[in-house]
Amino acid sequence: MENERYTGLTFLLELFGIILAIFFLVPFYYVLGNSFKSFADILQNTSSLPKSLDFTNYSQAIAVMDFWRALLNSLIVTVASNVLIVLFCSMAAYKLVRTRHKISTVIFFIFVATMVIPFQSIMIPLVKVGSTLHLMNSHYGLVVMYLAFGSALSIFLYHGFIKGIPIELEEAAIIDGCSPYMVFWKVVFPLLKPITVTIVILNTLWIWNDFLLPSLVLRDEELRTIPLATFYFFGAYTKQWNLALAGLVLGITPLLIFFFAAQKQIIGGITSGSIK
Amino acid sequence: MSKFDKAMNKEVETVVDDATDFKVSYRKKRRNSGSFIVFVGPVFLVFAALVLIPFLMGLYYSFTNWNGVVGNIHYVGFDNYKYIFTQDADFKQSFIITTKYTFIAVILTNLIGFGLALLVTKGLKSRNILRTIFFLPNLIGGLLLGFIWQFIFNKGLTSLGAALGIDSLMQSLLGTANGAFWAIIIVAIWQGAGYIMIIYVAALQGVPQELIEAAQVDGADRFTTLRKIIIPMVAPAVTVCLFLTISWSFKVFDQNLSLTGGGPFKSTEMLALNIYTEAFVNNRYGLGEAKAIVFFVFVAAISILQVYLTKKREVEA
Repeated sequence: MENERYTGLTFLLELFGIILAIFFLVPFYYVLGNSFKSFADILQNTSSLPKSLDFTNYSQAIAVMDFWRALLNSLIVTVASNVLIVLFCSMAAYKLVRTRHKISTVIFFIFVATMVIPFQSIMIPLVKVGSTLHLMNSHYGLVVMYLAFGSALSIFLYHGFIKGIPIELEEAAIIDGCSPYMVFWKVVFPLLKPITVTIVILNTLWIWNDFLLPSLVLRDEELRTIPLATFYFFGAYTKQWNLALAGLVLGITPLLIFFFAAQKQIIGGITSGSIK
Repeated sequence: MSKFDKAMNKEVETVVDDATDFKVSYRKKRRNSGSFIVFVGPVFLVFAALVLIPFLMGLYYSFTNWNGVVGNIHYVGFDNYKYIFTQDADFKQSFIITTKYTFIAVILTNLIGFGLALLVTKGLKSRNILRTIFFLPNLIGGLLLGFIWQFIFNKGLTSLGAALGIDSLMQSLLGTANGAFWAIIIVAIWQGAGYIMIIYVAALQGVPQELIEAAQVDGADRFTTLRKIIIPMVAPAVTVCLFLTISWSFKVFDQNLSLTGGGPFKSTEMLALNIYTEAFVNNRYGLGEAKAIVFFVFVAAISILQVYLTKKREVEA
């Protein structure tokens, strides 16, 4: 459908698209523009461009919300969760596909069936189980929970992908004397790269932005991830829009950088993650 | 070595080979079930401990008056459920507002997402940058998104209204129950339409060009081509997009919390926020969990019904 001729109608559509895009960008303009203004200036000239690029709001917001700490926490949690999810879910999905036994079907079915359970239906007992297992108020506890809640979709996606890989390669490797572990890590895992990229992207968008789970698990201020830090910061400075807006811009910047660095993979990841 | 010796040697070798073969296959079986536990065990254990068991515990708690304090749990039968369905006006209000929100948000997000997808597959010069811009809001988490729009509605639009002299814009949308409801819808569309667009774009690019040309040769106009060829061909994407948007809308929490906080006067308190408040603010864990179970049954039933109904309409190329 991309090869149509460029006609007058196409030009009108182009104009319409650009106007629509400007509407989509208006909120970014308001937040970014006002984050450089003084408090009084925000109230008086909300819609105008800032007079100068004044970073005092930013330095203050960084200090008050302990931004670098929150950024580091978000990075630790997101990266560690992704590593665990990729590692354990690829292994599990592989074995579930390759073991022709009732138990594989049953376990896979259980994983898939739980995908319809909303998180809110589990969160209340989860807090109790979490404290029994000493998972509360720590990054590793949060990471283990992300493995648990991310496992169903990730195993589902890996399962679908692995079914399409011919088994002959693995048989050849076994004849050459590979152990089941070597077969997986040396032969199968490298073949999973496309779906691994998809899974990492879907999980990163989810984990980086998640608020509810960390708000239930993390109590100490120095453990807070970016959404948590923003939440408490915003709550304390609701009336001081200049600081609050600088904090919001800081909060959304890391993911925008991630997006522009990996735009192709992200778009592709979303497409292949949802077509399955 | 004589001929006989050679033959004998060969015979012995085969017997030895057979024996090792047997041993190997026996070991392989044991090693297989051993490796099954190593491969599947860790994630299943974590999943069982943090998803399955809490879910089953939740079923039990929904029949108790647990208040969050350890040891203070008494079985109360169906009291929580009776309370929810007969006396709890807030829950009923949340239920109605969430259903209404889901209905409107799902339809509008899909229509606009599909419209954007049609637009950016029309061979525009700016199609790549447009796709990026439409998708951009989706990167921002619900919580920050709500805060951003709180500023837009409370300060941005009101100042624009004052500058342009438009009275209806000068009052914040978040001030009234109806306005706040539509504010959440606007934010949901702004966030979700770009994501949905990406899925529809992939589906539209999969529609064979020959089909469209054949229809046009047969005299179909643009609208008929869209209705009779394109929409049936992208039906699998419709199934996926409806499933995603229904699930997002029912579970909406972050935007609800940060944009309106359920206000004004609980008028926009959706189910997820209602459950959260009941458990973690009012400390009525048992009652909150009963609501969470009702919520689960409702969401699961709607999702399964939707997938069943839309799957039936999918066609092959």
